[in-house]
Amino acid sequence: MATILQYLVYGLQLGSVYALLALGYTMVYGIVGMINTAHGDFLMIGALGTFFIAKLFENFHVDGTYPMLIVGLIILIAMVITGGIAVGVEAIAYRPLRNKPRMIALITAVGVSMFLENFPRALPFIGPNPRPFPTLFINRTFRVLGASITSTQVIMIVLAALTMVALDRFVAKTKIGGQMRAVSMDKDAANLMGINVNKVISITFFIGGALAAVSGICYASAYPQVEVYMGSWLGNMSFVAAVLGGIGDIRGAMLGGFILGIAQIFATAINSTFGYAVGFIILIIILLVKPAGIMGKLTIEKV
Amino acid sequence: MKKCLLLLKKFGPLLGSILFYALIMFLRREKILNGYYMQVLMFAGVNVMMTVSLNLVNGFTGQFCIGHAGFMSLGAYGSAVITTLLFKGTEFAAAAPIAVFLLGLLCGGIAAALVGVLIGVPSLKLKGDYLAIVTLAFGEIVRALLRLIQPIGGARGMIGIPNYANFGWIMFFVVLTLWLVRNLIYSPFGRAFIAIRDNEIAADAMGINTTRYKILSFCIAAFIAGVAGGLYAHVLSFIQPDSFSFTKSSDFLVYLYAGGSGSLTGSVIGAVLLTILPEMLRFLADWRLVLYALILVCVMLYRSEGLCGGKEVPFLRIKRESLYQEPLFGRRRASSEHEEGGQA
Amino acid sequence: MKKALALILMLVMVLSLAACGSSAAPAASSSSGTAAAAPETIKIGFVFPMSGTGAMAGRYSTHGADVLKEELGGVITVNGVDHPVEFIYADNEGSEEKTTNVYQKLIEEEGVIAIVGPDASKCALAAGPIAQNAGCPNVATFATNTAVTEVGNYIFRACFIDPFQGAVAAAYCEEQGYKTACIMFNNADAYSVGLKDAFIESFDGEVLGIEEYSGSDVKDYNVQLTKLAAQNPEVLLLPNLNVELGLQIQQARTAGLTCPIVCGDSADTPDVAKVAGAASDGVAYVSAFSAESTAPAAKAFVDAYVALYPDELPNSNAELTYEATKMVVWAIQNAATLDRDGVRDAIESIDGLELPSGSMTMVAETRNPSKGAVIMQYDAEGVTHYVATVNP
Repeated sequence: MATILQYLVYGLQLGSVYALLALGYTMVYGIVGMINTAHGDFLMIGALGTFFIAKLFENFHVDGTYPMLIVGLIILIAMVITGGIAVGVEAIAYRPLRNKPRMIALITAVGVSMFLENFPRALPFIGPNPRPFPTLFINRTFRVLGASITSTQVIMIVLAALTMVALDRFVAKTKIGGQMRAVSMDKDAANLMGINVNKVISITFFIGGALAAVSGICYASAYPQVEVYMGSWLGNMSFVAAVLGGIGDIRGAMLGGFILGIAQIFATAINSTFGYAVGFIILIIILLVKPAGIMGKLTIEKV
Repeated sequence: MKKCLLLLKKFGPLLGSILFYALIMFLRREKILNGYYMQVLMFAGVNVMMTVSLNLVNGFTGQFCIGHAGFMSLGAYGSAVITTLLFKGTEFAAAAPIAVFLLGLLCGGIAAALVGVLIGVPSLKLKGDYLAIVTLAFGEIVRALLRLIQPIGGARGMIGIPNYANFGWIMFFVVLTLWLVRNLIYSPFGRAFIAIRDNEIAADAMGINTTRYKILSFCIAAFIAGVAGGLYAHVLSFIQPDSFSFTKSSDFLVYLYAGGSGSLTGSVIGAVLLTILPEMLRFLADWRLVLYALILVCVMLYRSEGLCGGKEVPFLRIKRESLYQEPLFGRRRASSEHEEGGQA
Repeated sequence: MKKALALILMLVMVLSLAACGSSAAPAASSSSGTAAAAPETIKIGFVFPMSGTGAMAGRYSTHGADVLKEELGGVITVNGVDHPVEFIYADNEGSEEKTTNVYQKLIEEEGVIAIVGPDASKCALAAGPIAQNAGCPNVATFATNTAVTEVGNYIFRACFIDPFQGAVAAAYCEEQGYKTACIMFNNADAYSVGLKDAFIESFDGEVLGIEEYSGSDVKDYNVQLTKLAAQNPEVLLLPNLNVELGLQIQQARTAGLTCPIVCGDSADTPDVAKVAGAASDGVAYVSAFSAESTAPAAKAFVDAYVALYPDELPNSNAELTYEATKMVVWAIQNAATLDRDGVRDAIESIDGLELPSGSMTMVAETRNPSKGAVIMQYDAEGVTHYVATVNP
């Protein structure tokens, strides 16, 4: 029982990283309709950025960690920077291709991903070396029903859940959220209704990038090592999570992320290689049963 | 004279490739091309085969396969099992290495093709991006399964695969692939593929069995990819499940779309250029992949149809008149020459 | 008609190209013939992962080679003739395929007399046959897997082999009185698997549990470590790569494994301790070399290294690269003929060469050096301390 609970905690920990990243994936997909393979690299930029920002605040460093206020500031700056880079990438590389076939945008995204990974690697002050990530959250271990839970894990899971709820409300209730939904339904019609499509897409990318930064910080806090290639594999997994839940659907992405994380941990307990493949196996099964994912709505193709 | 010309036209490309091969071998003998160049050329050849086969699925049939390295790994492992585990060190292998090699390639191709059928089945139900993600998942599952099988080395991979493939073989298979795929594209099958790409519902309505043709397209492409994988294994003489990850699949996608999807010329040029480019940029050290990525993004931005999108060199193209002389589906049409540029 | 014309034109072009090729070839061969009279530049190739996940090791390796480059001052004296020497560093990105490419480039295009590297067993195994077929001597720096030098008689190494390393780790555990052990290893890596097998073979105590994982994609080892923690072993063996070790040590402590941890020689990178933080306290590992060594050759090497790179101390990557390069340089100086075969024979004949890690003798049959190992230990600050020396 204690072991199962323990695995569940690990699963939620991994799942919250996937879920946060999948949120950005799914929003971008829902609105622009492109698979942004570079999304995982926004996570890396967020984590790497935090590493350097934390260095700037070194003066406030006490007892191996930072005061709450400074931590909040560091995370905020990292979110803004990553969101800004995401907006920049969209404006430079994706916007001109908006009306081209989807595969073209996908290939461009592969190129962008390669650039985002290799550019910092080539910069002398960043380089390819893995770096230890600074401790941002207080690390305490609690014992609950025989399972050990760290405060970092709790913060991660709560943060992910809060973000999801906030985002869901944001899209459902605010004016910008309404515009987003309108653009995702029909870009041209939205444009005719006086919605600034470019602005809405930029905001979407900004939110996606900022969320990726948060998930990067979470990931690096749980696995305190940052390097330029850390995002590519996580990006793929969160893409799987997004599709699993029904791509384009915010709650679906969240659900997919947690399902994937938990399934992966439990399957790893059986066999480590199986743990790697289980996400993909679940994905194929679900898509065969529900071709649009768990929460996705199937659109009818018009002739 | 006319007959002579016709013959030339028919065998010109073949002659050209033989000449090209002779030229390369000559340069090799004169030590102008060293082993390093030869290896890069051989990888380029394998990549051409992979890209052409991917073109069949993505470019001509309009499906989205982003896990093509999975087929390649099946072919590589399938052929390596035959040549290395079954026949290595046997008398038969010593007496007839070519037979063993070809048998290995065939088995690799068939293994990949069978799985290609399997992966073609979900494509009936899924469309667009969902199909893409299923093929991605398929590639990763294959990788995970290969890691589990201990007799073929598990996650560590297979070493000591005999070095059967040389430039001649690769050249032979590349030419064969191009010839086959070109004829396929311009056959009724190919027209059906293109019809599915352009409008699946319309194709269905016109009486094309889209299910059958989609599976067929996956199957043929997987076979070619399997053979290419077999060649790859016998060039490198070392394979590992992790060499066939999503990164590899995305390499082929990049070759395909940078070269121009739906164009065989584009596939050849894309694969060759982009295989050689990173090697040429080696002097840039750390900045190599940065520049490569920039070039790629720029190509996609300023020439999004790809370098040769919609263009073909003459010998990979069949003139439209000759196309319509033969019936496409069923009976011969009455006035073929007036129907050029029919709507797809 | 047009087509025929085009074809004929193409034929003419090909033929003329061929003719150009043939006329150029003799000129090239004659130029290399004359160059033999003047002091020829000696090129030594180096293959390291300068990018990718193993880049840290590659950086140390490059620095290690740089120390010898400084020492040589750009010339190798062979039979009283000063030959300019050139070190060519090539990046294999830690990938097997890239390693084979790089080998071809170094051997065929650059015409190196010998290759130093690579450091990963899997890369050495993939590219070894190329060096062997080309007859180019190759001294692997850090590839400890037994099969590496079994490729052929041109492949040597500067490090000890996995069975020895595993035996050293086992001997250390027994000496410390550990009766039960658990292992978590990377089943995708030849180094990790070899070390695990060797440890199990020579460890007298009981191995309670073995867990595995594949590759470095997954950074979450919690499940495996939790399962091992339930076994409550007296020692945990982590025979894994340096990029993974830091997280593993940290996660092992969080998962409740409080027992001592023993690692292979790959733990000899400061990053391991940096990532693991305070969890690295007391982690012991097998190493080829200790920077605290007081032997004159070792002191000279460390001093030269620190003079060149004041911010860091040499680790075993740096030291083994230095030793491998030193072996090649010694072989060039003592070769009967200044070509690849001569250098190969000379490497095979090395006997009692004084190196920073001690006196080294090449075992001609296996092409492995006969040399000792040391046990090192991290303290809470991540500083390494010498514990013991083990000789074969």
